[in-house]
Amino acid sequence: MRDARFKIANREALIGVVLVIINFAIWFGFAYGLGSGDPTEYTMILGFPAWFFYSCIAGTIFMIILIWVAIKVFFKDVPFTDEEEDI
Amino acid sequence: MIHWQVIFPLIIFLIIIFAIGFWANKQVRNSESFLQEYFLGGREMGGFLLAMTMMATYGSASSFIGGPGVSYNLGLGWVLLAMAQLPAGYFVLMILGKKFAIISRRYQAITLIDFLKKRYNSNIVVIISAFSIIVFLFASMTAQWVGGARLIESLTGLNYTVALLIFAVTVLVYVIIGGFRAVALTDALQGTIMIIGTVVLLIGTIIAGGGINHIMDALLNENPQMLSPFGSDGSLTPLYVSTFWILIGLGVIGLPQIAVRAMSYKDSKSLHRAILIGTIGIGTIMFGMHLIGVLARPVTPGIEIADKVMPTLTLEVLPPVLAGIVLAAPMAAIMSTVNALLMLVSSTVVKDVYLNFINPKATDSQIKARSFWVTTIIGLAVVLLSLNPPELLIMLNLFAFGGLESAFLWAVVFGLYWKKANKYGAISSMIVGLVLYIAIYQFSPNMWGMHSVTIPILASLVTFVVISLVTHYKSTLN
Repeated sequence: MRDARFKIANREALIGVVLVIINFAIWFGFAYGLGSGDPTEYTMILGFPAWFFYSCIAGTIFMIILIWVAIKVFFKDVPFTDEEEDI
Repeated sequence: MIHWQVIFPLIIFLIIIFAIGFWANKQVRNSESFLQEYFLGGREMGGFLLAMTMMATYGSASSFIGGPGVSYNLGLGWVLLAMAQLPAGYFVLMILGKKFAIISRRYQAITLIDFLKKRYNSNIVVIISAFSIIVFLFASMTAQWVGGARLIESLTGLNYTVALLIFAVTVLVYVIIGGFRAVALTDALQGTIMIIGTVVLLIGTIIAGGGINHIMDALLNENPQMLSPFGSDGSLTPLYVSTFWILIGLGVIGLPQIAVRAMSYKDSKSLHRAILIGTIGIGTIMFGMHLIGVLARPVTPGIEIADKVMPTLTLEVLPPVLAGIVLAAPMAAIMSTVNALLMLVSSTVVKDVYLNFINPKATDSQIKARSFWVTTIIGLAVVLLSLNPPELLIMLNLFAFGGLESAFLWAVVFGLYWKKANKYGAISSMIVGLVLYIAIYQFSPNMWGMHSVTIPILASLVTFVVISLVTHYKSTLN
């Protein structure tokens, strides 16, 4: 009775929520974890303060890779029109 | 001072955009289902187009002009804040995702309001939605229009009225004749220019500043707080910055001009590709443009007006032709936002107001004529108002982003994912969200150190759930 495609859609929406939580944790953790000290004593990585490098540069690249993996592994192809429901 | 080498790439850009408009017009004339073609491009967008149109619609004048100006003054903390926009690339498409695509096809929905109307079966929902879309987006369209004209004015030295007319004629012609397909195709071009422009300017600025190390040292010498996540004046508290995730990351689902794009793509593959491309695109632009603002400080010191940082820097560090390409980026950003808003307001008037309430039995040719006329009249009205924007419109524009999110976010999300969501919940949460947002913005902005949008979004969430549950219980009793 329940459309099987909606189960897939619900799961993918949940994955979206999980990804955002991970994204926020990386962003917040590195920024305020490493960046709360005295700016004159920051460790620098590739010329940027370490908090900025991890939170905004490495964190963003990591998220993009994670999203790519999530789509490859978990996201399924489904038809959008109702006629082809019997698959 | 006019640099012809700078203007030249801009003119080529405008010509290509015109050509796209005429090509798309052919599709509109040959299409069997006018409404679906004109307002949704026939639901045929592939992954790259979807990613670009989402990104270009979302990235506006503030990403290219306003944003870099603020980071020029506040430092790396503002880049951190800007990165809260990354979820706008994947979260929106993952949440709306396949469910929205399937259901909007089942309902044969052309607009976001179509979906809400069929989901909640309520004319009041339609009226509140249509009213808020028309009022808020009309206002923000005017603001973007003014921004576009100011930009042309400052680049070419033409006076404001002439600049406004050039901008208006370009946008109006291709949107009116080409509809959504022209909007999406030009968005792809504009989005590409936005990304290329960002990368070119970032590299140019780093070279002009003598490398990252050198620039960071200069910033450290001027004010060490420029390098901290708290902003040069310490105003960016973790709580305040975190609540921006709601405004510019998660709440974006509730923006009708974004949501409507999630019903216009072709298949699952397009969605998957768009998520990845869109996230990379938004990440590049938001990170690049805001970082550029910070790096600009030692390179072109002493700029007083924040909005001039990006144009001044571009002309300073890049050779003229490259500068022309980079300066086409903010123009592209403004155009691609304006065209989406124009399309949306027009579809709201035609589909949600005219076909719903005024003439439900309109024939195809009537709808066609009305759509062209409505789009034209709205466009011309915006131009007229942009000549001398009234105070009220400027105020409404400030409410637009957060106001629409407060109104629509939960109605859309619960409408898709919660069976018990009903019209009473939707109506009350829309009203609570809207009223509370305007009240807080007006009387106590950034209440308790959070961005003004936070409390209205939470309040409308609670309202929605409570009212839906209470009325659900009642209706099962009967």
